[in-house]
Amino acid sequence: MSVPEELHYTPEHEWVAISGSTASVGITDHAQRALGDVVFVSAPAAGTKVTAGEPCGEVESTKSVSDLYSPVDGEVTEVNPEIDDDPGLVNSDPYGAGWLFKVSLAEGDGDGELPPGLLSAAEYTALTAEAGS
Amino acid sequence: MTDPAITGLASTVPDTTGPRRTPLTQVHERLGATLTDFAGWLMPLRYGSETAEHQAVRTAAGLFDLSHMGELTVRGPQAAAALDYALVGNLAALRPGRARYTMICADDGGVLDDLIVYRLADTEFLVVANAANAVAVAALLRNRAAGMNASVTDRTSDYALIAIQGPRSADILGPLTDASLGDVKYYASYPATVAGAAVLLARTGYTGEDGFEIFARPQDAEGIWTTLSKAGADHGLVPAGLAARDTLRLEAGMPLYGSELGPNMTPFDAGLGRVVKLDKPGDFVGRAALAARAQAAPERALVGLVGQSRRVPRHGYSVLWDGAACGTVTSGAPSPTLGAPIAMAYVTAAVAGEAAREDAAGRLAVDVRGRAEPAKLVPLPFYRRPA
Repeated sequence: MSVPEELHYTPEHEWVAISGSTASVGITDHAQRALGDVVFVSAPAAGTKVTAGEPCGEVESTKSVSDLYSPVDGEVTEVNPEIDDDPGLVNSDPYGAGWLFKVSLAEGDGDGELPPGLLSAAEYTALTAEAGS
Repeated sequence: MTDPAITGLASTVPDTTGPRRTPLTQVHERLGATLTDFAGWLMPLRYGSETAEHQAVRTAAGLFDLSHMGELTVRGPQAAAALDYALVGNLAALRPGRARYTMICADDGGVLDDLIVYRLADTEFLVVANAANAVAVAALLRNRAAGMNASVTDRTSDYALIAIQGPRSADILGPLTDASLGDVKYYASYPATVAGAAVLLARTGYTGEDGFEIFARPQDAEGIWTTLSKAGADHGLVPAGLAARDTLRLEAGMPLYGSELGPNMTPFDAGLGRVVKLDKPGDFVGRAALAARAQAAPERALVGLVGQSRRVPRHGYSVLWDGAACGTVTSGAPSPTLGAPIAMAYVTAAVAGEAAREDAAGRLAVDVRGRAEPAKLVPLPFYRRPA
């Protein structure tokens, strides 16, 4: 299972990459393996205000449907345009081409200050190891 | 994200107190399978992409470990009579070497399990039960055979069960068996050798494709699996897990115990009244209730639904007719073959009739997490293999 060092994670299995005042969000390799083939993603539309820890979309896989949680506070600026036609990108490249949406961070976040509640790669690895995968 | 599939992984660590392992669990681990606790057994859910495994079975072949299934033998001079009393089918009429799909019901006609019964000899039957029900079915059979000269033995641990399913199955298996596959009819079984091991070879399955099920000794399972894998690779055979098995059977319109079948449903509810042999001689458990049910106008019907959006109707979701609840989804999944979400559902008989009409468009929907997603009623099965 891949858990890139440079990313941050939620206990609900999203990853977030923060660059300046923009955060890119997706689901983890662990999550995509557990879900199986992703067939549809309902990501929040550009302009939507999202709140850290709150549901903001859904992921449909062969097996189940699950809520997508925002790792950060802010406003959605962009949704991955490839995902609608090719939701399998979430499985084949969860940290790359399978990214889901980007958020313009709310005032005070960014500038190297990490939003509270996020996990480091080591912490997330420990969490998923506890869960037994 | 939160998902039962993820928390479900918590129970997949093999340990001595965990779920039972099959003779092939180590093979699955070497293949990198995602394993899951299914009915108390550690089983492969998928090896890679379950959609690719599904498509391999439709177009080439897939190899399944089904060793979790329960194998019960019923032997003795009154074995046929005992089964005819215990089950809804007419097993005395079954010829040795043939198999039949049947059910075991309660006094009130509720389904306690669906079964495949193989007649191995005049006085010997092999009953294959669902893993979750195997212990209960063995107890029921013993109880119902009381006083008859027939003995019931749970032999689940004595059998590995490997299935090869898909249009290339016979081409792959043919060179590896002494059986002449052209002579092995659908729902027939033969003692045979596969990869040098003595097995019971049956032309049965749960995928809607041609295929074979191989009942083998546990110590022979890995050799058979490996030999079939190697021989099948050039034909496009891949190992396939329970996730693919579920979407394959759903497309083929085959019921799953616990979803389409259960103690609160009769075989008639599931559209399978044909398995109830009311004309067989002698009494059987559930006869009176099932005879009454056969005469009554059905209150509900099992129907097929095709979702008209990309949202997937799933087990337990409400079916809506003009916005009002009229039934419940029993199984649902994205269909790899149709490229659309499909589901089976119980709906009221009135809606089943009306929704089949041409002018019903827009009135039928499924409540997908609070949104009414349009659905279309279609005849079952969703998929029939090309003749």
